[in-house]
Amino acid sequence: MKFRIAEAARAARRLSTHAAAAALLVATGATSVVAQDGTPVTIGYAVSKSGPNAGGSDMTVTPNYELWVKEVNDAGGLTLPDGSRRPIEVIAYDDRSSAEEVVRAVERLATQDKVDFILPPWGTGFNLAVAPLMAKFGYPHLAGAAVTDKAPDFVKRWDTSFWFMGGSKDYVEAFTDILVQQREAGAINDKIAMISVADGFGIDLVKAARPAFEAAGFDISYDETFPPETSDFATILGEASNAGADTFVAFSYPPHTFALTKQAKVAAFNPPVFYLGVGAGFPIYPGIAGGSVEGVMSLGGIDPQNELNAAYRAKHEEIVGRAPDYWGSVLVYASLQMLGQAIERVGLDKAAVAEELSGGTFSTVLGEQTRLEDNQLRAINWVGQWQDGAFVAVSPDGGNGTAAVKLPKPDWQ
Amino acid sequence: MLEHVVNGLVLGGTYALVAMGLTIQYGIARIMNLSFGDTIIAACFGTYVLFSTLQINPILALAVVVPLGYAASLLIYRVIMKPLVDRAPSDGALEVDSILVTFGLLFAIQGVLLIFFGGGYTSYSFLNTPVNVLGTAVAGNRLLALGLSLVIAAVLVLVLYRSRWGMMLRAVALAPQSAPLFGIDTDRAARTAFAIGGALAATGGVVVSMFQTFTATGGVVFTMKALIVVILGGKGSVPGAIVAGLLLGLVETFVAAYVDPGLTLAAVYTVFLVLLLVRPNGLFGKA
Repeated sequence: MKFRIAEAARAARRLSTHAAAAALLVATGATSVVAQDGTPVTIGYAVSKSGPNAGGSDMTVTPNYELWVKEVNDAGGLTLPDGSRRPIEVIAYDDRSSAEEVVRAVERLATQDKVDFILPPWGTGFNLAVAPLMAKFGYPHLAGAAVTDKAPDFVKRWDTSFWFMGGSKDYVEAFTDILVQQREAGAINDKIAMISVADGFGIDLVKAARPAFEAAGFDISYDETFPPETSDFATILGEASNAGADTFVAFSYPPHTFALTKQAKVAAFNPPVFYLGVGAGFPIYPGIAGGSVEGVMSLGGIDPQNELNAAYRAKHEEIVGRAPDYWGSVLVYASLQMLGQAIERVGLDKAAVAEELSGGTFSTVLGEQTRLEDNQLRAINWVGQWQDGAFVAVSPDGGNGTAAVKLPKPDWQ
Repeated sequence: MLEHVVNGLVLGGTYALVAMGLTIQYGIARIMNLSFGDTIIAACFGTYVLFSTLQINPILALAVVVPLGYAASLLIYRVIMKPLVDRAPSDGALEVDSILVTFGLLFAIQGVLLIFFGGGYTSYSFLNTPVNVLGTAVAGNRLLALGLSLVIAAVLVLVLYRSRWGMMLRAVALAPQSAPLFGIDTDRAARTAFAIGGALAATGGVVVSMFQTFTATGGVVFTMKALIVVILGGKGSVPGAIVAGLLLGLVETFVAAYVDPGLTLAAVYTVFLVLLLVRPNGLFGKA
C-alpha cells in the first residue's frame, strides 16, 4: 500500500512537473513563482489494516486519507504560503490493531522517517495511545475517529491535539432531548430497554446514558451488557422486548448492529424508538437489513440539503468505489481539509500549523465557516435517522441543518 | 423456557456445524488446523461474491463452494501437510508441526482475503425470514444451519460406523501405526479426512455468511469456538461435536436469559473447565 501511494504520488508529480514546465513556457518572461520544487511533503500514518479494528478503519479513516491525498496530488500538491505546490508522499503502516504497534509506528514516523505530518489512527483508544507521542514530537494531532468526553481536559494536557468527534455525553444528551419530547407528546412510555457491548465504545456510551436517561425521568427497565464476541441476539432481544419499553437502545459495534437488525426483523421486534450503535450509518446497512431501515436511529447523520457534503459523498464513491459512512467519514475528511488549508497559510512548521488549526476559520465539507472551539469540533450531527433512504441528521423539531425526527418507527418490511 | 431451548439449539447447531470439520481433521488426519476458521471465512467471501455479483442463491452456492473447499484442502494436504506427516517421528511431533504450519497458513489466507476484499465488514441478507418453531420465531438461515449440521452428522456417523470405508478411517484414527498392517493406505485415509474437513468448513462458511457479519481477519473466532467444541466433544468424535455444540448453545442462551448476557463466555469456559476435569478426553473421547 505504501508503495502504491508513493508511486501514485510520483506519477502525479511527474504529471504536474510537465504541467509546470508547460506553464513556464507559456508564461513568457515572467519569473514563475508557481513552479514546484519537487521535494514532496511526507505524511505518515499508522492505521489498522488487519485485526479487529480493520473494519472500522477501513470504513471511516483509511479511505478518506487516500481520497484526500489523491485529490491534493491530482491538483498538483499541497499549496505553500509562497504559492508553490509540493506533492504529498505517504508513508503508511499497518498497526495490526495492536496498541503497542501503533505507538511504535508513530514513533518510527517521527524519529526515523521524520515525516512532516502524522495523521492519527482509528479509534478512541488508539488516539489516546498516540496522543502523548504526537505532543512530545510537536505534531498536530487531528483526532478524527475518537469519541471522548475528556477532550476538554486533553486539549489542556496536549495543546496540539484536536478532537473532531465529540464525546459520549453529547450524543446521549441530544438523543435524550428527542426522547423527552416524544414522551411529552405521548408517543412513547417512560421505559427504556438498553444493551451495550462490553468494550470501549459501549462502555463509554452506556456510562453517559444511564445518568442522562435517569435524570430525564426514564426508567431503564432492561440494562445488560454483552461480550464483543456475541453473534446471536435471539435471547437478548427476547428479554428486551419483554421489558415493556417503547425505546430500545443498543450501543453496539457493526457486527452486533447488523445481527440485532436481522434478529429484530425475524422476531418482529419493532419498538417505536429503535436506536443502534456503530454500523447503522454504514452505506451497506440498508442491504443488510433487506432494504427496510426506515426509522432506525443511530449516531451521526447528514444534512441531505448540504451540497458540499453531497459533492464529497459523490467524490468518495467515485474514487474509493463505495460511499462513505454517515457519521465519522465526513468529520475525518474535514479535518484533512483543515490541515491542508493551515499548511497553505503558514507552511510546514508544525507549531504554526497547530496554532492556525486552533484559531483559524476554514472552508470544509462541513461548511464555509468551519472553526474549532477550544481545539474541538462542536458542529457535529449527534443523532441520525433513516428517512426515505438516507441517514439524515435529526433533532426534536428539525431546523439548523437537521430534519424533524419521525416516530414511531414504521414496521419492518 | 421453551423458547430458550429452541434458541439454544439453533445457536448450538451453528457451533456444531462449524466444529465437525475440525474434529475430523484433528481426529483422523491428526492435523491440528489453526487455519480452519480462515477456511470458513474464505467460504463466506466466496458465497458473498457469488451472491452479490452473480446473484447465485447461497444454497446453490453450496454446490460450488463445498467442492472447492474439498479440492483446496486436498491440495493443502498434499503440498504442505504430507512432508510433515512423512518426517514426523511421532503423533505428538506431528501435532506440534501442524500447529506451527497452519498458524502460518492462517496469515497467508488472511493476507489473500485482505488484498481482495479489504478489512471491512461484510454482510448480506438472505433467508432472514421468521420460521415458527414451537411458538418461537427463529431465523430461517439459522434453522438451516441446525438442520444441515444434524443431517451432515447423521450421514457422517452412518458412513463412519456402517461402511467399510468408514471403518478404515476409524482404524487410522485409532491406530495409525497398525492400520497399514491390515492393508490400509493411511496416507490416503488421512488425505481424504483432511479434505472432508475442508469441505465441512466450507459448508459452515456458506451457511454462517447468511446471518453473521464477517471480516477478512475474523477467522480466529471460528477456530477458537470450533476448538472448544472439538475438545469438549472428544477429538475425532462427530456425535461429540454435535452434543458439545448444542450444549454450548443451550448454556449460552440460558445464561443470557436467566443470569446475565455478559457472562455467556465465562459460562462457556466454566463448562469447558469442569468437563475437562471430569472427562479429560471430552464427552465422547477415548482414553
